[in-house]
Amino acid sequence: MPGMSERPLHILVIDNNRIRASIIEEGLSEAGQIHVTVLDETVDLLRRIVEIDPDVIFIDIENPNRDELEYMFEVSRAVKRPVAMFVDNSVEGSIEAAIDAGVSAYVVDGLKKESVRTVLETAISRFNAFDRLRRELNKAKSELAEHKSIGRAKSLLMKTHGLTEPEAYALLRKTAMNENRRIAQIAESLVLAAGLLGKEMR
Amino acid sequence: MSECPYEIHAGFVPLLDAAPLIVAHELGFAEAEGIKLRLSKETSWATIRDRLAVGHLDVAHILAPMPVAANLGLGPLAVPMTVPMALGTGANTIAVSNSFWNALAEHGELNDFDAGKALNSLKKVVRDRQRASASPLTFGIVHPFSAHHYQLAYWLGAGELKNGRDINLVVVPPSLMPAALKSGRLDGFCVGEPWGSLAAAEGSGVILTTNWHIWQNSPEKVLGARQEWVSNEPDRALSLVRALYRAANWCDDGAQKDELSRMLARDEYVGINATGLLPGLTQQLGLNNETKVKIDGFMNFAANAATFPWVSHALWFYSQMVRWGQVPLSDDGIESARKTYRPALYREALRPLGIDLPSANSKVEGALSDVREAGSTVGKLRLGPDAFFDGHTFDPDQIGDYLAHTKK
Repeated sequence: MPGMSERPLHILVIDNNRIRASIIEEGLSEAGQIHVTVLDETVDLLRRIVEIDPDVIFIDIENPNRDELEYMFEVSRAVKRPVAMFVDNSVEGSIEAAIDAGVSAYVVDGLKKESVRTVLETAISRFNAFDRLRRELNKAKSELAEHKSIGRAKSLLMKTHGLTEPEAYALLRKTAMNENRRIAQIAESLVLAAGLLGKEMR
Repeated sequence: MSECPYEIHAGFVPLLDAAPLIVAHELGFAEAEGIKLRLSKETSWATIRDRLAVGHLDVAHILAPMPVAANLGLGPLAVPMTVPMALGTGANTIAVSNSFWNALAEHGELNDFDAGKALNSLKKVVRDRQRASASPLTFGIVHPFSAHHYQLAYWLGAGELKNGRDINLVVVPPSLMPAALKSGRLDGFCVGEPWGSLAAAEGSGVILTTNWHIWQNSPEKVLGARQEWVSNEPDRALSLVRALYRAANWCDDGAQKDELSRMLARDEYVGINATGLLPGLTQQLGLNNETKVKIDGFMNFAANAATFPWVSHALWFYSQMVRWGQVPLSDDGIESARKTYRPALYREALRPLGIDLPSANSKVEGALSDVREAGSTVGKLRLGPDAFFDGHTFDPDQIGDYLAHTKK
């Protein structure tokens, strides 16, 4: 095709979360003629950027090194081409979508909008996908923790009150209903209280 | 049952001078004004700027020159900003690595944070290094549009030391400054408390001088609001100024410093143990990492009109942007900087409190070498000294002349 760039788009992903970085890397690589480099630390950042010479840089919006990065772009003569900050808002709402997803993007000045649009959309959707994964993981973790508390509360009740397991569970459930709280909350309170009261409860 | 209070989204960066926002939220100053603060801790100034730009935040604790820069269209995602009040003065230290301190001390006594003496030694060390063809010293600042940058560059400039030639200035996040000093990546830095005192306390470096010793009562952070938000919610903006003014006065009260340090120490705020926050809050800095020295005025939350948005501060920042090549000098630029700080909003917000407010919008910076009573709306108001260490003054109406007489 005429007007195709000579080399594949070179993208740098700076992210100290290796899992997220590889999810983004994978997504971008699937998008076609793209070369992706991942940096998971920011030591000697300027030298690395000069070496890698990226067209687009994606960085987690929470990364504390963003101010440093922007200052480098502004003052450094070593970064060959001037890097324009952020994508222009030619795609309606793309800046909002990126910031909502927690990613900031720096694009080399003069790069074709169409090619950047695709990779930006990919990065945004990958950031969102990672966020969903993380939320699911946190939910699974808290469910597991709740399950453990309920188990411990049951065995406490069985020991101290001489109850069977179904009876202990029924007592927890009844208390939760009376208190208008969740069973796991009642179980946690019980375990905590037992811990505070020490041996007498065990 | 009262209605849900109006919620204001406010961003902050974990530093001591975010305290008025935190205190207004924690101790009911916001509630008393019928507003609720939803605080959001951010990790960089770039993120504060971005979240303001897209409307995640209505207001933020922000570096005082940033709204000026935004209104000049400098930097990415520049949206129109309004500054209805300042969030305190001072609290910056310039600290240097231990080895660099020793090199400086060989050229003269450094025992009282004196900026002039420190600069004389620094000039000699820089010349020694240049003769020995050693690489230039590297100093950390937190942002190109920061009071830290302009104070440091002003101080170095007075000694004819220039960024990029004699000293390299690089941007490093505040929380990473002590480690960068320890590892040798930085020879020195200019950063807000608690980070200077922490570097000193952990033995990574020594406090050489402070913003107070370069420019007394110098501006530092402000409340930056999206102009659009202020236009849409003018009454909420005034309520917020009142709440923050009261919170700032609470923060200044010596009797509250322990409680304040414990509150700020919490993970959701500064996240540093309370002991580490006290040097800045009590204005007692470690001198040569040994004796604690009380520096009256080092950090003010409210005293000496520290919450007043002096237009002359905005214009001084503008003059420094011009001086260091960030923006060309123009009448439009001066006008834009002048309009960014809004003392009229501040007065409107605080008039119901019946307190003393400055009646002028600007002052000649550097003209007060002592605490002075100044004309105010009610009677007399205490203004702090505002002297520059080199004895120069800044007349906000004569920016062109001022720049013509400063070294580039």
